[in-house]
Amino acid sequence: MNDAIVDTAINTHRITILQAINAALADALADDERVFVLGEDVGDAEGGGIVGVTAGLSKRFGDDRVRSTPISEQAIIGASIGAAIAGWKPVAEIMLMNFVTVAMDMIVNHAAKLRYMSGGKTSVPMVIRTMTGAGASTGGQHADYLEGWFAHTAGLKVVAPSTPEDAYGLLRSAIDDPDPVIFIENLISYGNKGPAPVSGHRVPLGKARVAVEGKDITIIAYSAMADRALQAAKILSQAGISAEIIDLRTISPWDQETVFASVAKTGRALVVHEAVKPFGPGAEVAATLSSEFFGRLKAPVERIGAPFTPVPFAKSLEDAFIPSPARIANAAQKLVEQGKL
Amino acid sequence: MNDNYAVDGETRVEIYRRMALLKANDERSRKVIKTGRLMMPYYSYRGQECIPAALAVNLTDRDYLCTIYRGIHDMLAKGLPLKELWAEIAGRIDGSCKGKGGPMHLTSPDKGIMVTTGIVGSSMPIANGLALAAQLSGDGRVAVATFGDGASNIGAFHEALNMASVWKLPAIFLCQNNQYGEHTTYEKATSALRIADRAIAYNMPGVRVDGNDPLAVHAVTLEAIERARNGGGPTLIEAMTFRFHGHIYGDDDAYMDPARKKAAMEADPVPIYRASLIAGGFATEESLSRIETEIEAALDEAVEYALASPMPGEEELTTDVYAEGAAA
Repeated sequence: MNDAIVDTAINTHRITILQAINAALADALADDERVFVLGEDVGDAEGGGIVGVTAGLSKRFGDDRVRSTPISEQAIIGASIGAAIAGWKPVAEIMLMNFVTVAMDMIVNHAAKLRYMSGGKTSVPMVIRTMTGAGASTGGQHADYLEGWFAHTAGLKVVAPSTPEDAYGLLRSAIDDPDPVIFIENLISYGNKGPAPVSGHRVPLGKARVAVEGKDITIIAYSAMADRALQAAKILSQAGISAEIIDLRTISPWDQETVFASVAKTGRALVVHEAVKPFGPGAEVAATLSSEFFGRLKAPVERIGAPFTPVPFAKSLEDAFIPSPARIANAAQKLVEQGKL
Repeated sequence: MNDNYAVDGETRVEIYRRMALLKANDERSRKVIKTGRLMMPYYSYRGQECIPAALAVNLTDRDYLCTIYRGIHDMLAKGLPLKELWAEIAGRIDGSCKGKGGPMHLTSPDKGIMVTTGIVGSSMPIANGLALAAQLSGDGRVAVATFGDGASNIGAFHEALNMASVWKLPAIFLCQNNQYGEHTTYEKATSALRIADRAIAYNMPGVRVDGNDPLAVHAVTLEAIERARNGGGPTLIEAMTFRFHGHIYGDDDAYMDPARKKAAMEADPVPIYRASLIAGGFATEESLSRIETEIEAALDEAVEYALASPMPGEEELTTDVYAEGAAA
């Protein structure tokens, strides 16, 4: 992707999430000499990323600033940490989220903790972009949502956009941020289109977005599940139920203010994520809401997540694994009906 | 002591000063822990003093160091102020990391001491990043990763050396082969006859050196540093030495062969080098005694300073997690 394509795309006012991320990287590279991109196959000689997210960037900014790496996740993150504490702003790509397992020591023991362990003497301003999501028939080791691990690690921030505008604005904010940010991209929805971001626009980390306003129930979701929640809202509206959809956008730190305001209004909450349900981020949100709104809720806070299994291969099983709009709508409807009893 | 090295007298004495500091600091650490005035996990480096002392005289404060839990000698040699060290290992607010890091995570960026890791092998991938920063900046700095022989068996070693070589990073991988990975001998854990041989697999120079010969270490590290500064890429150095004590202070080191240990302690490199300086006419008994007395006085001062410093207040618990304070 070159300048002209990005600009044209923005001028047409609808671009894909993939184009938005590409534009955010290009703009960050252009704006700040300290920003550089590294990861497996990210250079144009290697295809500009396995699905083209970084296409055109190495041609424009050079192989030093958009550098393909060996298949060495520990070394990729280690190089990013070292460069970050020396004042650079690396944007590392871990091609698929499951591959973070190879680099967990670097991420959890080092990137997350160096600021604290040094008493604030070093900081690690780096971003780890990674893609994931079931739905592409990739089976058990290429599609997990592992955001809960990182949200459970003090020192990290975790971001997962669902629209082109948010993808652009959140990635710019993540790159600006003085702390390490895990930036999760959904593989299946890279081609989803939406209004084009305004160049340079930032979406602040830690701020949720009310995607649809409603009065009967609050549905809290992020990443691809935010889209599915929107589809569920349409089903619900046919049943006469008005659902408020909150796209969390940032999982850690999550925007309690926006979520609380919504639940105070609706009195019901459903948290949806593609990560497996037990011990998932939904549990944190649900527990917080149950505590905050005890006695004021019209129904118990409910959670939807994938079943406690690895991601399956067979299409029938994979479809059953991913929370569907119908499942979200059914759960929401039950909560609303329960509250009317 | 090989005396064909073109090292001036001043540098020779400076190497000794740092060795004497490291030895005295180790002895003081064990003594203060033993008296109960200090409680911390302590990984003695006694016996390995030559390596960082000889390395560090070839570096500037601007050069980067990533070291490990058994790394206080590396840091002191590179200039970590004694008071910062002692206040940190005592868990006090005046420590290098406000008492939040402790002995395994000392950090002093002003001296280029960027990361101390408690995870075996993890100094190397991060040193690559520091070297990459130097390469991108073109500022002529080098990054040194120190580690033990055990770390050459972990995946991070292989990923890091491969990447450093492919990118020709200004990095020096300095293995202090002290013959033990925690409790397990080199022979039992390491397939390579020499760790330096592993450099062949990464197409980089690999050098084994007598880590108890400071002038040999000085020469080898100087060559590697100059190669790195001049764009020649990374070097793997294996400095042969011996850890006089157990893995951690307080263990009974029953797993160490007493005969090997006795022989190593009898060949203590610090007094041997000291004697060679006097015999070679580079120093006198009086001049070296004066250095040692100064070190003891500085240690007295640092220990008292540290123990008089307050512990961090509870408000420090949740700061420095994120730049702007605790999240959420």
